[in-house]
Amino acid sequence: MSALISEPAAPTTRTRGGLPSPLSTLLRSRVVGALASPHGVDRYLERFNPMWAAHDVRARIVSVHRETDGDAPVATLTLQPTSTWRGHQAGQHVLVGVEIPGVAKRYTRAFSISSAASGKGERFTLTIRAHDEGQVSSYLVRQAKAGQVLHLSQAQGEFTLVESPATPTISRLLFVTGGSGITPAMSMIRTLLRDGYQRDGVAHAGRKVTFLHFARSAEDQIFAEELAEIAAADNGIDVHLRYGDQVFSEFELRRLVPDYKNTDTWLCGPPGLVELVQAAYGDDGDRLRMEFFKPSVARAARPGEEVEGDIAFTRSGKSVAASGASILEQAEELGLKPEFGCRMGICFSCTRTKTAGTVRNILTGEESAVPDEEVRICVTAAAGDCHIDL
Amino acid sequence: MTDTIAENTELAERDANEKYHGLTHAEIDQLGAELDALRLRVLADLGEPDAEYLRKVVKAQRSFEIAGRALFYLPPAWPLAVASLSVSKILDNMEIGHNVMHGQYDWMGDPAFNSRQFDWDTMAPAENWKYGHNYMHHTYTNIVGKDRDVGYGILRMDEDQKWNPYYLGNPLWAFLLMTFFEWGVALHDLETEEVFAGRRKMFGGENAPVWRRIRKKMGKQVLKDYVLFPALTGPFFLSTLAGNFTANIIRNIWTFNIIFCGHFPAGVATFTEEETENETRGQWYLRQMLGSANITGSKLMHVMSGNLSHQIEHHLFPDIPARRYPEMAVEVQEICERYGLPYNKGPLPKQLFSVFRKIVRLSFPGGTSKAAPVRGTQAVTDDSLAA
Repeated sequence: MSALISEPAAPTTRTRGGLPSPLSTLLRSRVVGALASPHGVDRYLERFNPMWAAHDVRARIVSVHRETDGDAPVATLTLQPTSTWRGHQAGQHVLVGVEIPGVAKRYTRAFSISSAASGKGERFTLTIRAHDEGQVSSYLVRQAKAGQVLHLSQAQGEFTLVESPATPTISRLLFVTGGSGITPAMSMIRTLLRDGYQRDGVAHAGRKVTFLHFARSAEDQIFAEELAEIAAADNGIDVHLRYGDQVFSEFELRRLVPDYKNTDTWLCGPPGLVELVQAAYGDDGDRLRMEFFKPSVARAARPGEEVEGDIAFTRSGKSVAASGASILEQAEELGLKPEFGCRMGICFSCTRTKTAGTVRNILTGEESAVPDEEVRICVTAAAGDCHIDL
Repeated sequence: MTDTIAENTELAERDANEKYHGLTHAEIDQLGAELDALRLRVLADLGEPDAEYLRKVVKAQRSFEIAGRALFYLPPAWPLAVASLSVSKILDNMEIGHNVMHGQYDWMGDPAFNSRQFDWDTMAPAENWKYGHNYMHHTYTNIVGKDRDVGYGILRMDEDQKWNPYYLGNPLWAFLLMTFFEWGVALHDLETEEVFAGRRKMFGGENAPVWRRIRKKMGKQVLKDYVLFPALTGPFFLSTLAGNFTANIIRNIWTFNIIFCGHFPAGVATFTEEETENETRGQWYLRQMLGSANITGSKLMHVMSGNLSHQIEHHLFPDIPARRYPEMAVEVQEICERYGLPYNKGPLPKQLFSVFRKIVRLSFPGGTSKAAPVRGTQAVTDDSLAA
């Protein structure tokens, strides 16, 4: 049995972006850091070429491939990262920062990586569905062009393909995914096939894999062709695709994988699917790993309407019903002591991150439902449920 | 009958509001609403041109810096190297650093221009400075005893500061502060006047984290300008060191002069803590207007001063990108005229002379009454002073 993929095997093509390695080591040195203080060496390098970086991670879009059309089309973006990209493990996601033309604002969102595990500076792909309310996903799917440069984080996330502590060698894997939740699982399947072994010239996952996916319709199915090929080949992977009304049932899962509760399982999809699968595992969920889509908490009251919703202070674990008062005042009522200054919106001392939900600027009346947004809590009130990093 | 009573009440109110140039509460509220409306209008209009402008200035600053550092390898080009590096540091501190750290460009969502992440090419660490400046100075502007930028704890810049013989050195202290301004700004956050009053320890207690940040930042600045870059030029070590030192001094002198013209020219009003208790938003705006002064000049002057030449607009709208101040100044000035309020502006030499006269006059006991009209009672404008 081949080992699981904590260390990706050397890929056949090594295409790198940006600076050669010895130079980038020099640019990361303490001496260069001291010379470039306080701005940092990247603020100078970017002046010459956006793909030169010593610490920051950026990527040039190599190609945009449309996967599905329709109301919520899906596209796969192939990215050539800077040499600072450390690579990713199958299942991880990355934060992507995009400057959307016209508004001159950079928006940052998380997207799962769809390609097999990558090494340092290696190309990878993002597969993104354009949501109506998602400015960034819409832009990337509908308007992004090859050659454009995106801002990235390093790969992050614990939803990865690593050996289960319970079983040194995992002999059987189960993936349950819904909608665009297929993306991280696809990265894992591709990694298994790439790093498994070859039998009669056919890539084999090296173990038995069950892949159960739910999509709205056959037309909406991402990676349809590749999934058909995977299903047809003798590679250890069983593919089961379900459309429309064919919702998840424990009965069907038991039929496909009788011992599913003792099988290492990766679950990724919309909240409805996640709830059903969680219920099927009950208290025996030790082998169940999950990744959620960001919960949508955008129940905003219209201006003049009574505010309905809760402010959740995620760091302290406290919450309070939104009253229309500033978030700073509401935090203080709970006994929290956030930093503040002028209390009138000019000094930025009280700036905090609103991780999700809708808020209203008390001075301008402007509402915003953008996730991970910095707000001055002295002049910001909740306009519905919202989460504040406090 | 009722009318007469109402009139009398209003007259009494106007008298009581001498500080605010006889405006009634209702008029001050109206003034606040007009300024709020102006603010919202510009905020709603922020976008691509503002972001592009900032990126352009940053690009220019980085180019001047790289050019300056490189030209030290060519000894005959020494004056050019110093000039280039001085321009870089002035742009970095004024049009970029000061404004970015005010949060003027936070809306761009670019971590390189985020007020919580940016630091500037000067001794004062961003975090200390933002507290003393954005919060203390911009909230309590010109309230003697609360705004620590009135005399910076070492000068006598207002007659309400009690005189003592130490202030005989006012011109000398001012000259030293000007020359070593970046060190002064950094140490300002230790609140030495509190230390000398015995209310806090210089380097311990609540000052401990402040001092730790100052030491760290000073270490980095000294290492860069006075050790590493000179060493990189090998045989020209001393000439590079002298050049870096000179560029820092040039930046110090320029920034000191611009900043001192912001609140210290004759005719700028100061306030007491009692006067500003329970202040309304309109009164806050009014205090910012009466407590600041502008410098007139060319577009280049405005850029090199980080548009602090529009100190009045900056104090009214500290979180709006400074490149918008010139267009806002037209409307602010019109509002001032309509409400019969002074709008203090003048060319740099005139404003500077006024400041230096004040520094000298206040080194002696007494007030500014001879040098300038009594605070708040007379509208001092460009024209009335020139007359």
